[in-house]
Amino acid sequence: MTGKFPRKLSLALFGGCLAFGLIATAGAQQAELRIGFLAPTTGIFAQVGKDMVDGFQMYLDEVKNDFAGAKVVFIVEDEQGKPDTAVIKARKLVLQDKVQIFVGGLLASTGYALAPVSTKDSIYISTVAAADDLTQRDLAKFPYFIRTGWTSSQPSHPFGQWACDQGYKKIITIGADYAFGYEVIGGFQKAFEACGGQIIQKIWPPLGTKDFGPYLPTMKQDADAIFSLMVGPMSLQFPRQLAATGNKKPVIGGGTSYDEFVLPSMGDEVIGHVSALQYSAALDTPKNAEFVKKYRAKYGKVPSYYSESNYTTAQMIHEILKQNKGKWPGGEAFIKQLNAINMDTPRGPVRIDEMRNPVQNIYIKKVEKKKMFGYDKEELWNTVIKTYPNVGQFGQFDKAEYLKQPLYNRDVPACKHC
Amino acid sequence: MNTQFWVIQTFNGVSYGALLFLVGSGLSLIFGVMRIVNLAHGSYFLLGGYVALSVIWTTGSWLLAIPVAASSIALIGLLMERFFLRPLGFDPLRQVLLTVGFAFLFQQAALDIWTGNNFNINPPDALTKSIVVGGIYFPLYRAFMIATALTIGSILWLVMEKTRMGAAVRATVDDAQMARGVGVDTSRISMFIFALGAFLAALGGVIGGAFLGIYPGLDFEILPLAFAVVIIGGMGSLGGAAIGALLVGLADNFGKALFPEISYFTLYAPMALILAVKPTGLFGRE
Amino acid sequence: MKAPMTSQQKKIVAVVAALTALAIIIPNTNSFIILLATRALAFSILVMSLDLLLGFTGLPSLGQAAYLGVGAYLTAILATKFQFGLGYDFWVVVVLGILAGAALAAIFGLLAIRAAGVYFLMITLALGQCVWGLAYRWNSLTGGDNGINLRNRPKFGIDLSHDVTFFYLVFGFFVASLLAIYVLVRSPFGRSLAGIRERELRMKILGYNTWLHKYIAFVIAGGFGGLAGVLWAHTAGIVSPENVVLTTSVDALLMAVLGGAGTLVGGVIGAFIVFGLREYLSTLVPWWQYVLGSVYVATILYLPGGLMGIPERIRQWRAMSGRAERQ
Repeated sequence: MTGKFPRKLSLALFGGCLAFGLIATAGAQQAELRIGFLAPTTGIFAQVGKDMVDGFQMYLDEVKNDFAGAKVVFIVEDEQGKPDTAVIKARKLVLQDKVQIFVGGLLASTGYALAPVSTKDSIYISTVAAADDLTQRDLAKFPYFIRTGWTSSQPSHPFGQWACDQGYKKIITIGADYAFGYEVIGGFQKAFEACGGQIIQKIWPPLGTKDFGPYLPTMKQDADAIFSLMVGPMSLQFPRQLAATGNKKPVIGGGTSYDEFVLPSMGDEVIGHVSALQYSAALDTPKNAEFVKKYRAKYGKVPSYYSESNYTTAQMIHEILKQNKGKWPGGEAFIKQLNAINMDTPRGPVRIDEMRNPVQNIYIKKVEKKKMFGYDKEELWNTVIKTYPNVGQFGQFDKAEYLKQPLYNRDVPACKHC
Repeated sequence: MNTQFWVIQTFNGVSYGALLFLVGSGLSLIFGVMRIVNLAHGSYFLLGGYVALSVIWTTGSWLLAIPVAASSIALIGLLMERFFLRPLGFDPLRQVLLTVGFAFLFQQAALDIWTGNNFNINPPDALTKSIVVGGIYFPLYRAFMIATALTIGSILWLVMEKTRMGAAVRATVDDAQMARGVGVDTSRISMFIFALGAFLAALGGVIGGAFLGIYPGLDFEILPLAFAVVIIGGMGSLGGAAIGALLVGLADNFGKALFPEISYFTLYAPMALILAVKPTGLFGRE
Repeated sequence: MKAPMTSQQKKIVAVVAALTALAIIIPNTNSFIILLATRALAFSILVMSLDLLLGFTGLPSLGQAAYLGVGAYLTAILATKFQFGLGYDFWVVVVLGILAGAALAAIFGLLAIRAAGVYFLMITLALGQCVWGLAYRWNSLTGGDNGINLRNRPKFGIDLSHDVTFFYLVFGFFVASLLAIYVLVRSPFGRSLAGIRERELRMKILGYNTWLHKYIAFVIAGGFGGLAGVLWAHTAGIVSPENVVLTTSVDALLMAVLGGAGTLVGGVIGAFIVFGLREYLSTLVPWWQYVLGSVYVATILYLPGGLMGIPERIRQWRAMSGRAERQ
């Protein structure tokens, strides 16, 4: 039966089309910024991954996912602490979700695996993966990659100088036997020997060692101090077992040996131990105090550098979007602009060098038991005892000379005084 | 390498072996009686540590944590045997695979309940000190580990050799069919042994937790070591497990101290060779 | 009048249909699914090699990942240190990978084949751990913990960096492997293997050299494992000790049992399910690990023939209820 098209119906249809049109154009007007995030949210690194995500998420919640008018779509993918899973998830983010930026990756090996996945439409920002060469000898291979975290050896260079200043002449190093360990200790050795010190022994327990029984008795007796680079469960066990041997020598170490990720589970045996990193939760600046208090109130724990690095990166991305009035400027322009950034963050002032790695403060921190930031319990904190400002990835060394030497390895620098 | 070096390394190796004995003896007994390779054994170790942590967090008592953790995991083992393994009948391969499935479930559950943070079990202060003998520092906790292993080992030996239950177990290990023929209730023995194995593993987890830490991934890290003990010592032999544990502890220790580059190889290569020569392990029967 | 199809022929038709469907559907989905399918197919070759041992010869190996590792590391080292294998020489690398896997299996087999049942399980575990230990510690060769990155996929007339093209390549290898193993198990040699699985003693009495049969099967499985490794290296673009860790061997074993040991295709189904759950479900929900664990447990408890055994179970159940009704 044909008949007149009911008047009310056509009016409704017209109204519907109009509304739909308005909504569609309104939606189109508000730009979207799709950010992919790769962290191990399951598996043995699950807690670290959670810190990474929480750091970034906290900033997003503060600005209600609005970066200067662009709506942030935040997609978190689980890389399970495995490089090939990270690559698959990164490609999903790039190809399927069409993210403009993907952030994260925990391990150095993951960093190396992810860098090639970046494209001019989906750039990669590393906030934690610290493998030195990504922004040194391999830089040219990855034009769509930039780092806002650190290089493994970055804190070690000023730390080596600090060790000389303390009067240490001979130091034994003991560190996890893998690339991250080589780079942290390598940087320390280079700097320490450059100002007159001597590394007289290098011990390399395999990554994941919990029983240091075989290694501790082999340590030479004539050292002035012991430098340890421990990660994860190793950080918990080493200081205790060292103390149980009756060790009286000063203990210093890489930033991850005592960072806020493991510090809450440590005991009094680490009081007085000194380490170097670009962040300490005990950094007594108003900006950091605010960050720590907010983070702790929201997530129930003191932020680690994993949290801070991602929080700050979110802040940086926001800054760049502000400069572009909320529009995505394209991968190449974004990298250029991020490269030119100079910002004050919870860890202090940060800018990015010409090889796309941060230049920042390095803090020499000492473990102390005290109350901080108005909390009423005595806890272990990494008190900052010295600040080296404006430290780049090459530290006090000439860049050209530095790049001529090979990447830090088990035998680079060679142990001349062993 | 002076005498001090050898003394300390031997002491360390023996104490590590003591821990491995706790983990490995359970696995060995389970295999001997039920012919199952319990791939969830590492999970029992880890869960024992986690439960102990919870007990310490709520009651503050480390001493209480030990029996509570070990017994609760023994209960889980008992339930697993009764409701999941026994229905499969005598099919070792499927039983092994079932234990793997459970290992995955346990791993995820542990992550959800206790989070992925790294923990330490803190023993009472008295045990964290070291005693000095002849200028050498001997950590008391390691001595405690050796003492525990000796005690447990002696109790197990007494039960196996001197009680009727022990005789029944030994009979089942030697020849299950024959044992049934003379009236031994082998399914009850299986249940008991599986629970005992879980008990020992969890005990290892509590004791080891102060020494190795408790963290996700520990389950699959300790598993190959437990296997090394059982393989070298012989499947089903308690004495073999003791010797195997001692050998693995010493080999691992000295291997790492003297040849750090190939440390994993020095552990697994001898294992493979021993199996190649004697597939049932050094002291295994059959 | 044409005779009705035998159940064997029906199965073949079903498999061919499924494979064709796979080849047509997958390339039309999004890139993530194509990647996932490629990974599952490459790993399936390893699972099928394990099924040859487990399902057809009765040898439960918990160390097959070692052969995948050997093939993968060989590919990676040749590509990065010697720039070899990225052109037409890719095919040479394929052959080398197969040979490397077979060679390793030949050495390990000498140690392992003397054992049987659960003892075999243990020794293959130990051997797998040796390979892992080497991959982990031999830094100068394997890059240790960092692994080795393969920057580009090979180009020889066709550009394999294009995901769909690479998918077809892997698919081709998969089908070829499936056919090869299928022909093998239907041959007299394959039937002797089944006989060994059922009653080794009887076979020995009949005069078969069972040790040699098992050894050859082991070596062949190693070869296929090496092939899987070569493909795996190019699929993921990175080779690390993770590829030879114990849990990878366990994965392969579980996939074979999940799908149904002794069915070849079962392993593939198992692989797709596990990869799908692990990599796809994990992007949707955080509790996927429970689903995976429960699926394993349920299959092992209630489906001894794996998922491929479901039609059989349904038939049995129908037959039983039919009988009950009639009574």
